[in-house]
Amino acid sequence: MNQLTEATMVEQVVTNETGSQSIEVENLVIDFALDNALFNRQYMRALNGVSFSIKAGEAMALVGESGSGKSTCARTLCRLYKPTDGVLKLNGRDINASASKITQTELAKQIQMIFQDPFGSLNPVHTIRHQMYRPIRIHMPELKGDAIEDYMLGILERVGLSPAKQTAAKFPHELSGGQRQRVAIARALATGAKFILADEPISMLDVSIRLGILNLMADMKEEGIGFLYITHDIATARYFAERTGVMYVGHMVEWGNSDSVTQNPQHPYTQLLISAVPEVGRQRGSATVDGKKSRIPLWKPDSKGCPFAARCPKVTDQCHTEMPSVTQVAEDHFVRCFAL
Amino acid sequence: MTGVREPLLSISDLCVDYITDDGNARAVNKVNLDIYPGETVGLAGESGCGKSTLAFAIANLHNAPALITGGKINFQGRDILTMSPEELRQFRWSKASMVFQSAMNSLNPVITIGDQLVDVVLAHETISVTEAEKRAIAMLDMVGIHASRMKSYPHQLSGGMRQRVVIAIALILRPKLIIMDEPTTALDVVVERDIMDQLYDLKEQLGFAILFISHDLGLMGQITDRIGIMYAGKMVELGETEGIITNPQHPYTQGLLRSFPTIHGPKERLEGIPGNPLNLLDVPAGCYFQDRCSQCDTICIDVMPNIEVLQMPDERQVACHKVSQGDAL
Repeated sequence: MNQLTEATMVEQVVTNETGSQSIEVENLVIDFALDNALFNRQYMRALNGVSFSIKAGEAMALVGESGSGKSTCARTLCRLYKPTDGVLKLNGRDINASASKITQTELAKQIQMIFQDPFGSLNPVHTIRHQMYRPIRIHMPELKGDAIEDYMLGILERVGLSPAKQTAAKFPHELSGGQRQRVAIARALATGAKFILADEPISMLDVSIRLGILNLMADMKEEGIGFLYITHDIATARYFAERTGVMYVGHMVEWGNSDSVTQNPQHPYTQLLISAVPEVGRQRGSATVDGKKSRIPLWKPDSKGCPFAARCPKVTDQCHTEMPSVTQVAEDHFVRCFAL
Repeated sequence: MTGVREPLLSISDLCVDYITDDGNARAVNKVNLDIYPGETVGLAGESGCGKSTLAFAIANLHNAPALITGGKINFQGRDILTMSPEELRQFRWSKASMVFQSAMNSLNPVITIGDQLVDVVLAHETISVTEAEKRAIAMLDMVGIHASRMKSYPHQLSGGMRQRVVIAIALILRPKLIIMDEPTTALDVVVERDIMDQLYDLKEQLGFAILFISHDLGLMGQITDRIGIMYAGKMVELGETEGIITNPQHPYTQGLLRSFPTIHGPKERLEGIPGNPLNLLDVPAGCYFQDRCSQCDTICIDVMPNIEVLQMPDERQVACHKVSQGDAL
């Protein structure tokens, strides 16, 4: 993995020089239509007032159960969804503003996405070489002829797919799940992306190779790439990401430094989530928090109060009518809850 | 702990092959395993290690291209592999039932859950429909689902509730053994914990044994009495849960346990297991784990290690030359 070709080393210097890059998400709101009615169309609010930032060389984890809006965040950053409200900034520029229009190619060169299923994200009828060449041709037009091949082999080596020449000639079905996910990462890196949005990148891989992919991403992070790491596994979020945000029904209920959030959780939902994580050596039934069994609410634009109120053990009348404001509990640790 | 009790299920030298155009892939390779009444045994390992194939073999459910090519499976003294179709039909579900991997999708979408429960009872017992309905309602109540849900269709229930229904169907005939193949992988952690807690309350009331198949060693460490670790169709380590978790012997078990970041433990870079899972169509002569093992020696390349009982208090069995020689750790 340390064998870097010239092309990748040039790439690395460029990354290190521009260390001040960032993605900023401010007050993001996304509504999805529930029907196709012409009048009185019903909406659900998939994201409500979500804010976070990702710096170059840092990882931000989004943790939460299915349907909490984690993937919607990532897809909005790729401009696959248009925000209902809120601002998304890439290096200080609003990506949705019509005035300083960022083209989709420009955006794709900066922000790339890795998906959960490495079996579905590669085209089965083309070789790895073909799939790697396309992003390089589009995003690295300065590379010509043999330079493309060298650059591609360098990237494949960098993600641990050696011997790179043999791997490049293979078809996706000849690779294992872990190797395919490495190809997906290589393809994202090949564009020269500074930010990678990883949507559950390890949950479909074998247990024994998950760690290899996480460690590869950690190495990329040290080379200056910023990650948005989406997961439902809060233990890997703590392992990989500097900062963690806990999502519940489209709301970020607690966020901050990963260690602070996982070791000293303040929001009842985070406490419930952490107490439910099975851990070697801990006895069954020793969980400290009991979340009432209740249906997860469907959030609408006119819904009021705290989204967790129906399940919360510390619920008060206020929780049903008002959205809790943000409380800072440590230097980099914020919570939205009345019961603090 | 095992003492002189008779095992409920006794698997000996079981082999299951998948016949393919490129040769035979031995997915379960001479596995021995005993399960005692009321016990929870875990089977862990990565995908393709044969743990689900083993579970299917216990119910004699294999069809071509899978073939049971050797060994015995004794359930309370009867060999399941030699049973006639009618005996098998009676054995399945009333003696041993199964909760499958994608259990939430194993319910029939066009039949109400009440009818699905009643069907199971009527297929095995000669009682009236009203009697069977009473049983179904009582069983649903035990897994925490209200009787009014008898008339619901599967799509009207959440994933967690569907999983509870599947567990209710598996338990309604009061089997002695329930095989659970990754029962909670599709659910999130909070729901998973609720269901496991409930299952254990039921286990205390009804006293069945569980064979629990999963790759989640964290969950397994909390709920099982004994754990077997499988790699490429071989049982590589078997012993009491606490011993396996705190003092693993086989290099693969050690690697597997090091592969999980913990939520409370020290934060350090973990290395996991290098390399990729073995291709079962192209197996080496010696130990199957040799390519990925840090302690691999000449004997490991040439000779296949057999699973042996170690001089340890928990009757630990390990298949590794280095451990048997006392060189490991």
